[in-house]
Amino acid sequence: MDFISRGFRGRPREQAPAGRLPPGQYMVRDFPVLSAGPTPHTPLSRWTFSITGEIDEPRQWTWEQFRALPTETITKDIHCVTKWSKFDTVWEGVSVDTLLDGVDTTAEYVLAFSDGGYTTNIPLQDLTEGKAWVAFAFGGEPLEPEHGGPARLLVPHLYFWKSAKWVRGLRLMSENSPGFWETYGYHDYGDPWREQRYSGD
Amino acid sequence: MARAAVQRRLTWRRGRVTRRVDETPRVRTLVLALEEDWPGHLAGQHVDVRLTAEDGYQAQRSYSIASAPEDVGQLAITVERIGDGEVSPYLVDELTEGDQLEFRGPIGGYFVWDETPGGPLLLVAGGSGICPLMAMIRHRAARGSRVPTRLLYSSRSLEDVIYREEVDLLAARSDGLEVFHTLTRDRPAGWTGYARRIDLEMLTEVGWRPDEGPLGFVCGPTPLVEAVAEALVQLGWSPDRVKTERFGPTGG
Ligand SMILES: Cc1cc2nc3c(=O)[nH]c(=O)nc-3n(C[C@H](O)[C@H](O)[C@H](O)COP(=O)(O)OP(=O)(O)OC[C@H]3O[C@@H](n4cnc5c(N)ncnc54)[C@H](O)[C@@H]3O)c2cc1C
Repeated sequence: MDFISRGFRGRPREQAPAGRLPPGQYMVRDFPVLSAGPTPHTPLSRWTFSITGEIDEPRQWTWEQFRALPTETITKDIHCVTKWSKFDTVWEGVSVDTLLDGVDTTAEYVLAFSDGGYTTNIPLQDLTEGKAWVAFAFGGEPLEPEHGGPARLLVPHLYFWKSAKWVRGLRLMSENSPGFWETYGYHDYGDPWREQRYSGD
Repeated sequence: MARAAVQRRLTWRRGRVTRRVDETPRVRTLVLALEEDWPGHLAGQHVDVRLTAEDGYQAQRSYSIASAPEDVGQLAITVERIGDGEVSPYLVDELTEGDQLEFRGPIGGYFVWDETPGGPLLLVAGGSGICPLMAMIRHRAARGSRVPTRLLYSSRSLEDVIYREEVDLLAARSDGLEVFHTLTRDRPAGWTGYARRIDLEMLTEVGWRPDEGPLGFVCGPTPLVEAVAEALVQLGWSPDRVKTERFGPTGG
């Protein structure tokens, strides 16, 4: 590191516990919002969640059916590509393992799709074995629309844009295909610990 | 060019501050000299800025490029000082002519305007949310574009209006740019513009009708962006014609 910003000291740093803040991130207590367009408002009566693509029998749940699935409470740190991280966020959701239970697929990639046309791509193995959820509550309250409600994907080990808001389903794919932000230059995988913010990082 | 610009590897660069401009009591523009290998940018894109302390500690933040792509050889960012902020007070108060700043970019390919998506354009800004929209307004002027464009700009008071003179001058060219201000806190005596937060009624008066095929860019604090985007959809705009960018976690 041979460059120094003259006169810059930065904020007192003891606030972030060692080893918890990925490179280039800083800790926030509020919950910033990032999205590319208007917040969709799909009524629960018309909401469904689907598994499509490389699957013999596509699956679909109505909101009621989805909410009847077993749920988990998840406490995780989240990291946004716009540099903020938020520790110990508490979510309630359905594990992707539950949604994919018994599914036989050769797919290796997933495209999560959302209301408003938003998509994001994630390797299937990053969504299974307790690594991802479809979350419907945050901090004990129903998830607000501006934070992705009624339900968003939660993949806390990747940058938060991978945790698609307003998620309506997962498309199982044998080949990788970039989603919305990924086609605009954001990293294909998005590991905060390797600081994979933009294509080529 | 859009794709080429964003898909190349984004390496950290150093730019020398060549000029500082006081925009308002809380806002300053920094002009950075660019090296020749800068790939150029699209109006609406941003850069990431990285500050490094002597002990190696680093902080990164995003800032919109406020200058037009046609303004070659340099790049302007306009920064609002956030009271207890880590990076913005340094950029506004500390960094001065001759200092170096590390940055990389250009970043973002969705919240951009390049004349081709057409118009008419509705630009809605709250506070420093004007910055990426100013790049579009400057790009439009530099191109001699006549795409009908309306800017609806919400500020706290007249002295908080960023780029006021330049915007007024551009509007006076009568080439299809119209500017509407709303002042939410303090108004000078005799103020005839809007004097409240942007609402449905204001957007009905200022915005285009959905059947005119408008394209909207909305930028500012989250509550403003949420309210405006929602109102436009209520007015019949297609959601995919409303592009948003949010700067701050909370209201400003
Ligand atoms: C794509 C993008 C483009 C941006 N472009 C610009 C730009 O052109 N000009 C510009 O001035 N800023 C811009 N921002 C915001 C900028 O990146 C920083 O967030 C801002 O300067 C605050 O940083 P800080 O380190 O001073 O404050 P921090 O130390 O990050 O935050 C200090 C406190 O202020 C709050 N806060 C942070 N940002 C804001 C805000 N905008 N309004 C109100 N409160 C806030 C935080 O929640 C925190 O409580 C942009 C952000 C994004 C994501």
